Amino acid sequence: MLRDITLGQYYPAESFIHRLDPRMKIIATLIFIAALFVMVNFFSFILTIGYLAACIWISKVPVRFMLKGMKMIVFIILLTFVINLFMTKGHVLAQIGFLTVTEEGLRTAVFMALRLFMLILGSSLLTLTTKPISLTDGIEALLNPFKRVGVPAHELAMMMSIALRFIPTLLEETDKIMKAQMARGADFESGNLIRRAKGLIPILVPLFISAIRRAEELAMAMESRCYRGGENRTRLHQLRYTWRDGLAMGITLLMLGALILQRILVS
Amino acid sequence: MSIQAEHLTYIYNKGMAYETAALSDVSFTIQTGEFTGIIGHTGSGKSTLIQQLNGILKPDSGRILIDGVDITAKDVKLSEIRKQVGLVFQYPEYQLFEETVSLDVAFGPLNLGLEKEEAQKRVREAMELVGLSYERLKDRSPFELSGGQKRRAAIAGVIAMKPKVLILDEPTAGLDPKAHDDIIRMLEEIHRHEKNNIILVSHNMSDVAEAADRIIVMDRGRIAAMGTPQEVYQNGKLIEAIGLELPDTMQLALQLEKRGIHLHGPMMTMDQAVSRIETLLKGNE
Repeated sequence: MLRDITLGQYYPAESFIHRLDPRMKIIATLIFIAALFVMVNFFSFILTIGYLAACIWISKVPVRFMLKGMKMIVFIILLTFVINLFMTKGHVLAQIGFLTVTEEGLRTAVFMALRLFMLILGSSLLTLTTKPISLTDGIEALLNPFKRVGVPAHELAMMMSIALRFIPTLLEETDKIMKAQMARGADFESGNLIRRAKGLIPILVPLFISAIRRAEELAMAMESRCYRGGENRTRLHQLRYTWRDGLAMGITLLMLGALILQRILVS
Repeated sequence: MSIQAEHLTYIYNKGMAYETAALSDVSFTIQTGEFTGIIGHTGSGKSTLIQQLNGILKPDSGRILIDGVDITAKDVKLSEIRKQVGLVFQYPEYQLFEETVSLDVAFGPLNLGLEKEEAQKRVREAMELVGLSYERLKDRSPFELSGGQKRRAAIAGVIAMKPKVLILDEPTAGLDPKAHDDIIRMLEEIHRHEKNNIILVSHNMSDVAEAADRIIVMDRGRIAAMGTPQEVYQNGKLIEAIGLELPDTMQLALQLEKRGIHLHGPMMTMDQAVSRIETLLKGNE
C-alpha cells in the first residue's frame, strides 16, 4: 500500500528528457508552472496539455506508472473541484437543494482541477526523469549566484538530497512497524476518526525515534569522514549544457511566449 | 496447534520487470507443541514465509491450515488468527512506544479485548517469563532499558497475548553472547511453561540445533531439507553447499570423520560432543 507512492521517485529509462541537464529541467518545470497560471481559455489549455503530453511521451515513462502515484492526490483535486463548483457566485445553471451550480463556478472548477492535475504531473515528471543526485546538483548550481546574499546553496542541496535519500528508507520502516503492531493486534482500519488517530501513535513514536537515531548516525558517519560542505569541493560529474538543452529550452519559451501573447490579445 | 502449509508461492513485484519469487512451492507440517527451527541465509524466504503464517502477507497460491482452518481463505477473520499466532519481528525493540514497560506489554492483550486486571496479570506473567522483574521495571520507560532488556520487553509484549504458536524472527540478532544465550534459554523456558508451538527463525545453526525438535532448511525460496536436527545435519555437505555454517561441534565431527575417526552417535550439542570424545579417548586407552 505504501509502495504505491511514486511521487518523488526516479524512473530509469533512456530518453531525450532523461539526458537533459538538470538545471534546464528545473527551469523548464518552473516555466511550465508559470504557464499554468497564465493560461486563461480553451486555446491556452490545449497548448499546455499538448506540451505536457509531448514531454511525457518523449520521456518514455509509462503513463500508468505516473497515474499510479496520483491516487492520493486525486482526493485533493476532487475536493477543490467540488468547493469551486458550489462556492462560486454568478450565473446560475442548476440548483440542487441548497447547492447551486453557476456557469463561473463550473468554469473555475474545471480549470482549477486541470491546473492542479497538470501541476503535479509536470513536477513529478521532473523527479521521474532526473536522478535525485543530479536534481540536487542542479538546484545547487542554480542557487550558486545567490550565495553572495547569504543563501547557503550547498547546505540546502545537501539537506534536500538527504531528505530524498531517506524517503524510501522511512517508508520501508513504516511498513515494518505497521506489520509489527498489526501482529500485536493493532487495528488501523476501523473505528471513527479519533480512534484511528490514536491508532497512529504506535506507529509514529517508533518511527520518529528511528528517524532521529538514523539522523544521528548519519551525522556521525559524515563527521568521521571529515565532511565539510561548500568551498573547494570538486565534483565527479560536471554539469554541461548541450544542444538538447538549447532545443528544449527554446520550445518551452516558445510555449510560454505564445500563452502570454494570447493572453494580451484576449484582454 | 498443528500448522499445515501446502504449496505456498509468493512473488514480489508481480507484473513488474524485477519480479522475484520469494517462495516457490513450499509445503510442510508442524505438529502440536513442536519447537521448530527455520534456517536459511538472507533472502532465502524465511521472513516471507513466517509473515504468511499469521496473515500479514497472503500467498499468491497455496494455502495454510492452522488446526484445520484455512487462514488464506477470503472470509477468514485475521484478528482471530493473530490471537493464536504471535509473531515477533526482527529487532522487535524498535516497535516499543508506550510510556512505561507495563503499558507497552499490555498493548497486545488490551487489543485482544481483555479486561484491565486480566491484562495486568498477563503482563506480570510475561515479564517474569522473559526475565524482567515486574516490580522493578513496570513503571520504567521502555527507552531507558538496555538493549537486551528492550528486546525482552518487546518479546514479552507478544507472549502476553498467549499465542498458541509463537514465531520469532532472528530474536538474537545483534545481541552480545551472554544476552544471546539468555534469549535461547528463555525460549526453551517459554516452550516448557506455555506448552505452545515455537517457530524459531535463525541463521545460527547452533541455536536451532540445541532448541528445536525439527528443522526446516530454506534455500532460494524452497525447502532444501527438513527433519530432526540429526537428520538434517547428517547431510552436512548439503548444508555447506547452501552456504550455511554448521554448528562448531558438527564441524568437528565432520573433520574427525574425514580423518577416518568414526563417531558413534550424534554430536549436535556441546554436551554430546564432550561425551563422544570422552568415549573415543577411553576407547583408545
